[in-house]
Amino acid sequence: MSQLQQTATLSTSGKMPMSMPVPHADSWQAICPLDDIWPSTGVCALMHGRQIAIFRMHDDVLYAIDNHDPHSGANVLSRGIIGDLGGEPVVASPIYKHHYQLRTGACVEDAGTQLHTYPVQLRDGMVWLNITA
Amino acid sequence: MDANTHIVVVGNGMVGHYFVQELVKRHPDLAAANLQITVLGEEPRPAYDRVHLSSFFSGSTAEDLSLVEPGFYDRPGLELRLNARVGMIDRRQHLVILADGDALHYDKLVLATGSVPFVPGVAGRDRENCFVYRTIEDLEAMTAAGTKAKSGVVVGGGLLGLECAKALRDMGLETHVVEFAPRLMAMQVDEAGGQVLRSKIEELGVHVHTSRNTTAITDGATARHRMVFFDETWLETDMIVFSAGIRPRDELARESGLAIGARGGIAIDNSCRSSDHDIYAIGECASWNDEMFGLVAPGYDMARVTCAHLFGDTTNTFQGADMSTKLKLMGVDVASVGDAHGKTHGSRSYQYLDEVRKVYKKIVVSEDGKQLLGAVLIGNADEYGTLQQMTVNAMPLPENPEFLILPSSDGKEKSGLGADALPESAVLCSCNNVTKGSIGAAVAAGSCTIAEIKACTKAGTACGGCVPLVTQVMKAEMLKHGMAVNNHLCEHFPYSRQELYHLVRVEQIKSFDELLSKHGKGLGCDICKPTAASILASCWNDFILKKGLASLQDSNDYFLGNIQKDGSYSVVPRMPGGEVTPDGLIAIGQIAKKYGLYTKVTGGARVDMFGARVEQLPNIWEELIAAGFESGHAYGKSLRTVKSCVGSTWCRYGVDDSVGLAVQLENRYKGLRAPHKIKFGVSGCTRECAEAQGKDVGVIATENGWNLYVCGNGGMKPRHAELLASDLSKEDLLRMIDRFLMFYIRTADRLQRTSTWRDNLEGGLDYLKNVVIHDSLGLGAELEAQMQHVVDNYQDEWKTAVTDPEVRKRFRSFVNSPEGDNNIVFVQEREQMRPATPAEKQQSKIIQILALVD
Ligand code: SRM
Ligand SMILES: Cc1cc2nc3c(=O)[nH]c(=O)nc-3n(C[C@H](O)[C@H](O)[C@H](O)COP(=O)(O)OP(=O)(O)OC[C@H]3O[C@@H](n4cnc5c(N)ncnc54)[C@H](O)[C@@H]3O)c2cc1C
Ligand code: SF4
Ligand code: FES
Repeated sequence: MSQLQQTATLSTSGKMPMSMPVPHADSWQAICPLDDIWPSTGVCALMHGRQIAIFRMHDDVLYAIDNHDPHSGANVLSRGIIGDLGGEPVVASPIYKHHYQLRTGACVEDAGTQLHTYPVQLRDGMVWLNITA
Repeated sequence: MDANTHIVVVGNGMVGHYFVQELVKRHPDLAAANLQITVLGEEPRPAYDRVHLSSFFSGSTAEDLSLVEPGFYDRPGLELRLNARVGMIDRRQHLVILADGDALHYDKLVLATGSVPFVPGVAGRDRENCFVYRTIEDLEAMTAAGTKAKSGVVVGGGLLGLECAKALRDMGLETHVVEFAPRLMAMQVDEAGGQVLRSKIEELGVHVHTSRNTTAITDGATARHRMVFFDETWLETDMIVFSAGIRPRDELARESGLAIGARGGIAIDNSCRSSDHDIYAIGECASWNDEMFGLVAPGYDMARVTCAHLFGDTTNTFQGADMSTKLKLMGVDVASVGDAHGKTHGSRSYQYLDEVRKVYKKIVVSEDGKQLLGAVLIGNADEYGTLQQMTVNAMPLPENPEFLILPSSDGKEKSGLGADALPESAVLCSCNNVTKGSIGAAVAAGSCTIAEIKACTKAGTACGGCVPLVTQVMKAEMLKHGMAVNNHLCEHFPYSRQELYHLVRVEQIKSFDELLSKHGKGLGCDICKPTAASILASCWNDFILKKGLASLQDSNDYFLGNIQKDGSYSVVPRMPGGEVTPDGLIAIGQIAKKYGLYTKVTGGARVDMFGARVEQLPNIWEELIAAGFESGHAYGKSLRTVKSCVGSTWCRYGVDDSVGLAVQLENRYKGLRAPHKIKFGVSGCTRECAEAQGKDVGVIATENGWNLYVCGNGGMKPRHAELLASDLSKEDLLRMIDRFLMFYIRTADRLQRTSTWRDNLEGGLDYLKNVVIHDSLGLGAELEAQMQHVVDNYQDEWKTAVTDPEVRKRFRSFVNSPEGDNNIVFVQEREQMRPATPAEKQQSKIIQILALVD
């Protein structure tokens, strides 16, 4: 049996995830059951080729921002530690520890960097995401 | 000064070098100031720290001890000649004549020739294996002899003699101190103090013989030498070190007709000039008012005065010195302040003696009871800073002076002398002449740890006696600047890591939520969460990816792998002691090939596989576990590797089985989480192929057991490990390591390696020895039990992770898709893959890295 490890990778390898086209369909999409996201952690959703980090706070409030960390160039924000700075919820990038505000997408250490935020909702135990808004 | 003044300095010891530093401080561009400086030193190396000479025995090297910054003597206008002994001064012609015949003209001459150890005129003193204790060469010779000796005698029970006795004892010799006077440290300590000191030192296994006058040294019957005493009793020993005081090196001055002090030494005035006004003398070779000073601080003072005087500044004069000293001799505090013997007319004293704890304290007060004149402290010198400052600054005594030395009845720490009561001009560090004012300035400029204060003011970097007081002043100054002495972990917890550790332990707290709701606020952050995770793991050692704990883990712990720049992970299986079977290697090779991973042998002597995506990790580990591997914790702030050399099993020089011990140690401490990563090394003999002295914990085999070194570091700021204990049995070794590690875990700051922890530890190595070896805090059993708990609760976290479906589910790139991250792409290099650069990704030059066909 020949096992191709990187087939998925290779088909789109020439493009950076940030330059993915975003389709204009109306789009709330069901992503996963809430239980798939452990409290106070994040997961990454793949939607139309775009990577979106979804965070579940301790009180089940949800936030969604880009998964791409512009400071390291890696797609990793969903794996960062979440918490707050001065009461403002943030995630810390696991690579160089920049903080991004979950409500606004703003980078705390670098005013010039701004991530997209996305509407995210909890409906009947399912997490729904909209990336066209 | 005139055009091209030639200043010649004889002696490149501590004081001579300090003098040159002062000159350079004054005239950074010597040539522009028309100065030509020549320094002549008889020793083969530039100035080094004689005060810390003994640390040579616990691992410091000649380079560590050097006082000379690289390149210092290379500047224009400055020349240092080593191996250059001056044999004569021709004052008439202003010449110094070197032993090799070279002559050198001087305009001004500075003699900083120090002193030599005094060796009593005993017959047989020239025999082999008789030493003195003054230079690095002396110590090298002692070390060489020590390896072949079983016993050693120090002649002289003064400060240096006891320090030397400690060195002999640390070499594992049966150690004796032979003192001519009826008590130890007769210079500094009174009779009652001498008694207490003696029993303390005997307790440590050193034999003390007082009132013994050696008359001859002859061949021994059971050892190399026999020392015969005045009363015809004798003592046999393999080596002898004379440490019976020092004599100033004033021979150059004598021969050239300079005035000599009544008890020897080059007579100087308040400006440090000798009887010839073109010649100055500073340091231990000088005699001021017929007094000589065997400490470095007065020498530095003389150097400053001389430097000022040479350039016409006559306001600065030498006024004698405070000879207060505080030392820790073999872990015993010994301090004397001012008029310790109560020689001042009409003085009276208060004394406190505790024969159980072996503590003796005495203060000497003036006739009118208003001023403190001196003090002696043995066994516990906590009050040293307070008493010394009160004496030196003539501060008013409290109404009941006895309370200055009585233990407080409620067992609480005494507040001591409020730092605020000290005048700005108070010299806190006499070795380096650092005042309270300059500590204040350093704090104002942003220093707020004792390590920073040491670096920028030099306070506390010589004898170290002033560190507690300097710390106290630093904290007071920080408060003044509104810098709230804040060791709070972060905005969510108003506690230091050490305090949080205590709360977790004492209140048996098992989760972050509980800790936060009881003692913190907000949601937490990437500082306090990993810290809490580490503390919880150190205390209870639960599986770190349990629900509730997983969200606290730092990047690498979060997926039990080291995250790489592109978001992929590395995989490092444990190879205890660096030992691995051929089958193990084959399995690793096959797995790496199958998953297309880059392989490399690490600096920690094991194999690292790079480039795994999150979703591949559980499968890779499943296969590794099946092949008998466990997590290597390369990702954790935890035990990393125990590096070993091949040891006595194969090596022709090995004296013990270093691999066997390394494997045992690695298996004992694997999975132990700590404030930072911990590395061990075990070498089978002193050739040290495992570089154990560069590790947090280093073990070296000796003929009689194992030597334990601690707090070494490679990395950004290499630090030599220090010898904690020698010739330990394996059981004792494990006990000491248990205690050491748990004490570190308990008290260190977040992300503080053992080396920085040690550098910030008040009381230093001696304190650490007391706690770990002598169990001075009574914590030994508790620390051992806590370690045993961690050991008993070890689990291979990768095994737990792959066998728990809930946990395993977390290992995927996307919650809603089985795909992998398309940003992780590789190209080929040197027959393996590596992450593509951003440019390569744009150019689609990606090379398929593919998998094993089976
Ligand atoms: C893989 C390895 C390099 C190699 O290819 O050889 C390595 C790799 C990393 N080292 Fe190291 N160190 C490696 C051996 C060392 C050594 C050598 C040793 O252990 O004998 C040292 C010096 C010895 C020491 O620590 O005292 C070393 C001193 C450091 C330091 C500086 C620590 C310090 O106290 O100054 C860091 C930074 C830190 O920890 O803050 C560091 C940090 C790192 C990190 C974790 C940086 C990071 O955050 O990504 C690197 C990623 C590891 C990974 O697996 O992805 N690494 N690192 C070595 C893994 C050894 C192992 O088997 O576990
Ligand atoms: C083991 C030990 C522990 C100590 N502990 C302490 C302590 O805790 N606190 C403290 O304050 N002090 C301590 N001291 C004392 C301290 O080291 C000395 O006070 C200090 O070194 C004196 O400096 P110096 O420059 O006068 O003499 P040295 O440092 O001895 O320097 C004199 C230099 O001059 C050279 N020299 C001599 N004659 C000639 C010549 N004719 N030509 C060329 N070169 C020459 C010598 O070789 C030597 O290198 C300790 C000393 C020792 C040995
Ligand atoms: S030295 Fe630097 S680059 Fe090399 S492995 Fe260590 S941390 Fe990484
Ligand atoms: S008093 Fe010696 S180092 Fe400060």
